[in-house]
Amino acid sequence: MLKDEDRIFTNLYGFGEPGLSGARARGDWDGTRDLVHKGRDWIVDEMRKSGLRGRGGAGFVTGMKWSFMPKEVSDRPHYLVVNADEGEPGTCKDREIMRHDPHKLVEGCLLAGVAMAAHTAYIYVRGEFYREVEALQRAIDEAYEAGLIGPNACDTGWAFDVYIHRGAGAYICGEETALIESIEGKKGQPRLKPPFPANVGLFGCPTTVNNVETIAVTPTILRRGADWFAGFGRPKNTGTKLFNISGHVNNPCTVEDEMGIPLKELIERHAGGVRGGWNNLLAVIPGGSSVPALPRSICETVRMDFDGLQQAKSGLGTAAVIVMDKSTDLVRAITRFSRFYKHESCGQCTPCREGTGWLWRVMERLSDGRARIEEIDLLDQVTRQIEGHTICALGDAAAWPIQGLIKNFRPEMERRILEREAASKRAA
Amino acid sequence: MSGSNVIAVDGPPFAFTEANLEAVRRILAKYPADRQASGVLPLLHLAQRQNAGFLTLQALDYVADFLKMPRIKVYEVATFYTMFKLQPMGRHHVEVCTNVPCWLRGSDEIVAACKRKLGIGIGETTADGQFTLSEAECLGACVNAPMAQIGDDYYEDLSPESMEAILDALARGEQPKAGSQIGRRGAEPMGGLTSLTHMPGAPAERGNPDGEV
Repeated sequence: MLKDEDRIFTNLYGFGEPGLSGARARGDWDGTRDLVHKGRDWIVDEMRKSGLRGRGGAGFVTGMKWSFMPKEVSDRPHYLVVNADEGEPGTCKDREIMRHDPHKLVEGCLLAGVAMAAHTAYIYVRGEFYREVEALQRAIDEAYEAGLIGPNACDTGWAFDVYIHRGAGAYICGEETALIESIEGKKGQPRLKPPFPANVGLFGCPTTVNNVETIAVTPTILRRGADWFAGFGRPKNTGTKLFNISGHVNNPCTVEDEMGIPLKELIERHAGGVRGGWNNLLAVIPGGSSVPALPRSICETVRMDFDGLQQAKSGLGTAAVIVMDKSTDLVRAITRFSRFYKHESCGQCTPCREGTGWLWRVMERLSDGRARIEEIDLLDQVTRQIEGHTICALGDAAAWPIQGLIKNFRPEMERRILEREAASKRAA
Repeated sequence: MSGSNVIAVDGPPFAFTEANLEAVRRILAKYPADRQASGVLPLLHLAQRQNAGFLTLQALDYVADFLKMPRIKVYEVATFYTMFKLQPMGRHHVEVCTNVPCWLRGSDEIVAACKRKLGIGIGETTADGQFTLSEAECLGACVNAPMAQIGDDYYEDLSPESMEAILDALARGEQPKAGSQIGRRGAEPMGGLTSLTHMPGAPAERGNPDGEV
């Protein structure tokens, strides 16, 4: 089990003071000047060696992503954009960083900015996080006042500004190019790639978009060393990670633990176990609403990292663990996700705009058994016509939970249809 | 697509107050001089706050003209993002999250409690203009489910009883305490910490924090 001294987010629960004095006491902003002086190549290399993979869901190797930024700065300035548009159902980790450990994020912005030759960072926070914006802005103001950021950040000669941009209630803005569009003052509709943001991003300039947790763990990795971070977890799945455990557990919570921790151990050690005991478990969605649910048999042994969950035909996503016990109407739960994706489709691509609504309507009927058995296959087929046929991954995200339901829980869907048919025959 | 389909309503002429103009100057300084359209979301937020929680046609046009944007571009933005309201709203906007993590923890009962207490349905406003009730998509506080947002604040770890008490307090003109309604400080597990037990500021004993730190 991970020791407290190896945890990065030591004020995760907010028992300590989130401001600068508390942050310094926890080790933030310690030796930042020296880290900046080690330079861009050293930071990128160290991050690559740490094995850190993006914490926003896609899991791309962070050091490699940063290395895609142009080596020379042309007349187009470089931008760091931090994705704090946390809204994937089940996910509530970045919120804790912003309200309880915000200096980790601000310091991370500076170091990541140096690593990509950016002098400006925009942190895009979802609009509903009003109090979190206040807390983060307080930390930014403190950092400016102490000279940690600003025209001469940490007395390094590096000018660095950090700005918050508040969203206004659109899940799709968590997609990096939609987020960029939104900062530019437009509807949040994803852009076609290429060109990739590293070449043409915010304001047409080279841009890298990273998740809050990714940026916030950076200072600690650089201070304690890539080897320290890489010492946790399994190869290609290294480090520590924030997990959100919600739903039918005795003690829902957010916790930082080692990557690759077995799902069962995570639930039993930190969340007080499944309500009614492990045998009362029906299914777990291990990484937020966009990844397929796992039946109990797989939950028994699966490990919580990118490769472990991919092998189990699901995904780590945002590491938002949604636990459902046997009282759960799982078909109804997935139907609720379908409604969510229909609501949040930006409307740009036809397969998603029309498809998400269609999926939701069919799922509504299926959850009541008002359907024919053949429609389950039709539904599966339609999800595959949405998946991979849209500009962004929202179409995929709408498809996967349904595919997971059909693959792992088809008998339950059929049971409802047959029961309803039998009932109507009896009535006749 | 996720936003309102409602056309904005007419209202009296709109202009930012002096205090808000000062705020606008600070906001626009964040963006390059030739990229002032970036200010549209923060300016619409500000205008909505100044105008009792919704945006009139006049407010939309004012923001468009202020930023030298085509008005249609601002209408597009205002109808795309769910937080922008184009119809009059109750003084307190009660938004109950009903996505799966909250639903698993009883958000149906929270919605029912609101309906019972306020005597209105989803999307409706009480006759006295005090409350508007909505269902929200995931608000990102899933380990403190079920929860609701009212104005700028999150109310978490709700029960039908605590939800009703919050609504009662608001109706009396009080400001009920935001956050967890069962005494949690944040996202820590009830029933004893399983990590961060030796950190400065952590509760001395393993056990329920009292919520006041």
